[in-house]
Amino acid sequence: MSYFLIQTLNGVQYGFLLFLVASGLTLIFGIMGVINLAHGAFYMVGAYLAWWLAEKTGSLFLAVLMALPVTVLLGLVIERFGIRYLYKRDHLYQVLFTYGLILVLNEAQRVLFGNDVHGVPAPAWLAGTIRLSEAQTYPVYRLFISVTCVGVAAALYLLIQRTRLGMVIRAGATHRDMVAALGFDIARLFMIVFGLGAALAAFAGMIAAPANTVYPGMGDQILILSFVVVVIGGIGSIKGAFAGAMLVGVADTFGRVLLPQGAGVTVYAVMALVLLWRPQGLFGRTA
Amino acid sequence: MADAMLETIGLSRRFGGLAAVQDVSLAIERGVVHAIVGPNGAGKTTLINLLSGDLKPSAGMVRYKGRDITAWPAHKVAHLGIGRSYQKTNIFRDHSAFENCRLAAQARLPGAFDMLRPARSRADVLSRARQALEQCGLADRAQRRAVDMSYGEQRQLELAMLLASEPELLLLDEPLAGMGPEESARVIDLLKRLAATHTLVMIEHDMDAVFAVAERITVMVNGSVLASDTPAAIRANKAVQEAYLGEAVS
Amino acid sequence: MPSYSRVTLVLLALGFAALALFPLVGETFYIRFFTKIMIYALFAMSLDLLVGYAGLVSLGHAAFFGVATYTVAGFIDKLGIADGFLILPAALAVAAICAAVIGWISIRTTGVYFIMITLALAQMLYYFFNDQLYWGGTDGMNISAKPLLALGGFTLVDLSNRVQFYYTALACLVTAFVMLSVLLRSPFGHALVGIRANEGRMRSLGYDVQRYKLVAFVVAGALAGLAGFLESSRATFATPAYLGWHESGHALMIVILGGMGTLYGPILGAFVLLLMEDYFATLTERWLLIEGLFVMAVALLMPEGLAGLPRRIAALRRRAPENGDG
Repeated sequence: MSYFLIQTLNGVQYGFLLFLVASGLTLIFGIMGVINLAHGAFYMVGAYLAWWLAEKTGSLFLAVLMALPVTVLLGLVIERFGIRYLYKRDHLYQVLFTYGLILVLNEAQRVLFGNDVHGVPAPAWLAGTIRLSEAQTYPVYRLFISVTCVGVAAALYLLIQRTRLGMVIRAGATHRDMVAALGFDIARLFMIVFGLGAALAAFAGMIAAPANTVYPGMGDQILILSFVVVVIGGIGSIKGAFAGAMLVGVADTFGRVLLPQGAGVTVYAVMALVLLWRPQGLFGRTA
Repeated sequence: MADAMLETIGLSRRFGGLAAVQDVSLAIERGVVHAIVGPNGAGKTTLINLLSGDLKPSAGMVRYKGRDITAWPAHKVAHLGIGRSYQKTNIFRDHSAFENCRLAAQARLPGAFDMLRPARSRADVLSRARQALEQCGLADRAQRRAVDMSYGEQRQLELAMLLASEPELLLLDEPLAGMGPEESARVIDLLKRLAATHTLVMIEHDMDAVFAVAERITVMVNGSVLASDTPAAIRANKAVQEAYLGEAVS
Repeated sequence: MPSYSRVTLVLLALGFAALALFPLVGETFYIRFFTKIMIYALFAMSLDLLVGYAGLVSLGHAAFFGVATYTVAGFIDKLGIADGFLILPAALAVAAICAAVIGWISIRTTGVYFIMITLALAQMLYYFFNDQLYWGGTDGMNISAKPLLALGGFTLVDLSNRVQFYYTALACLVTAFVMLSVLLRSPFGHALVGIRANEGRMRSLGYDVQRYKLVAFVVAGALAGLAGFLESSRATFATPAYLGWHESGHALMIVILGGMGTLYGPILGAFVLLLMEDYFATLTERWLLIEGLFVMAVALLMPEGLAGLPRRIAALRRRAPENGDG
């Protein structure tokens, strides 16, 4: 029973991480109409920066504080000097451009940090475990990830539902001209959204680093799973991203445990089933 | 109602909370020019979309020649011989006028799925396309790219494509919209000629045109049918005068 | 709708002739290398049918290429059958069936959804081979022999002979090119182009849009399978990476670099990109960095690819005097 509980906790925790990454992806698509393959690379960048800075400073929290602005800046620069010119172009070119960006970021990571797999120690006060039964324990840090993600998700919800920026973001998704007519600078809005998306993905990478490891190509896997999340949830829907992330997190975790030979396939099979039932995703707008 | 070609029974379509089309029961008789009029937002275009299969109804039924075709996909509806034109010009912008019509002509002929013979070698398709262009007065514009044509010409091309696919029943969504008086007159002329051999359902705001060609008029307001009758009877109808014609005519 | 201009046709004929003559003068290394390039050109050309004509941006096309490589591996090393005349149709069939299933699910959607779903479903096949020890897991499988193309004991084509293999690849490339040209000239091809231009109108004209898309998807999948058959016969191994999304991305790069919607563009793109990769690799171990920057530049600056360059240059020339006057 507690074994089941542990796997569920793991699945939910993974789901939360996926949500952070996928929510940025879905926001960027929903508002800017841009498909960003390099989104997973932001996750990778976040994780590597967290590892590197934590090693230098000795504190993961300091590392996160220092790394976040860097990743936001990276996002802004990429938007300003690349993505911005592709808004009106076919998705094909966005795919190609951001694919090239992945190659660049992946190689840059190898040049700067090498090919090794790194572990990041959790902060001392989060390094313990909780006893679930006689024989089983659960790491505190994993719970911490979930709690933090809930906090970020709540903040995101408040930002979108309760602030002026959020209102513009919501309106921007459906009535771009209206937002422009109201005097809000669309170009700036897009930059903010892209920066926010990059920050969410990078932050996920940072806090996940101690629970997983930091390794080359780690962005690819999370990107594709985020796609699955977004497809399941419905493109542009934050609510959908949350539902999709939980579904994928839990399905992936149990897939690995119950079907080791078909672990990778589980999630995609779930996605295919959802699509056959609702081609526009769980919370997608009907065409 | 025995000779109704196209019939709707309690047809409704909602968008969220809005009932765009509500409980519409209509019979379009064979060989008749049936105009649908009404103020903006009355649900006319939605009704056409429901008839053509571009939209699926929330409730109700559509019957064509006695056959239930409710919620059939648009391409199957087209194959029954129901063709439509769009209010907002809907053409292949980068194709020539002729290519636009050729694609239309090819659609319903056998061999549309042919993968071997050159598309441009099909004599039957070519002559249909040519004919359609001629009928709409675009013969000398055949090789012009659609996007380079004037707005009025594009509207005519929209009709030419419809004719090239040789439907029996034409659903026309504001065929005269945005046309100059000369072009309008030519199209009204064309509609009159088509009326001899086709059944026409048309949405139109130009009341002179409506009364010039329509044999039957349905007035829609707020998604529902207010009245459906002969032009003379519609003209005399008090409710229609109050709700619609009153403001439009004055 | 390829209605090639006379100049293009002459250049194409010259290009194919040059490829046909190349083994007479080329070094061994380049004969082998060009064989590989032609295989990737074929693969990219099959993707061009989807991306450049049907408007279907598939990011999972490598799956069909990859399942064909595993079909070859399976026949030769699991079943012990090396008869190429069995393996080839089987590889095409497996690729086509996978394309039919993946296509059937994904063509219900459009745009960015389609991109994500094709990627995800292809990734499912990737993990299928990656996770199964039976198929060699992440390392893949070595293929112990080349498919045998023999009739009644008489070897028609010896795939272990590099020149014969070269001509086999060239023949496949030319055949596919001609086949696709015929297809795109037909009513079916014109309908595909119409669907890309204005799907809604095609539907209301009476075209069963989904059916056209699915057939195009299956045809493209089968051709990718042909490329996969050739590639596994050439490299004598099958690995999950063949199905991976980087392989799909790579093919997309070739298509756009060469010029999509032209069929010959991907051939051009394959030669330029693979030769360039080869050159970059001599400069630095981190050549993917250069390639990434290059691809970003192509996406931003060269949307029509190499095939579109003459037109662009001509347009610039025409504009230049006007600018001078103003």
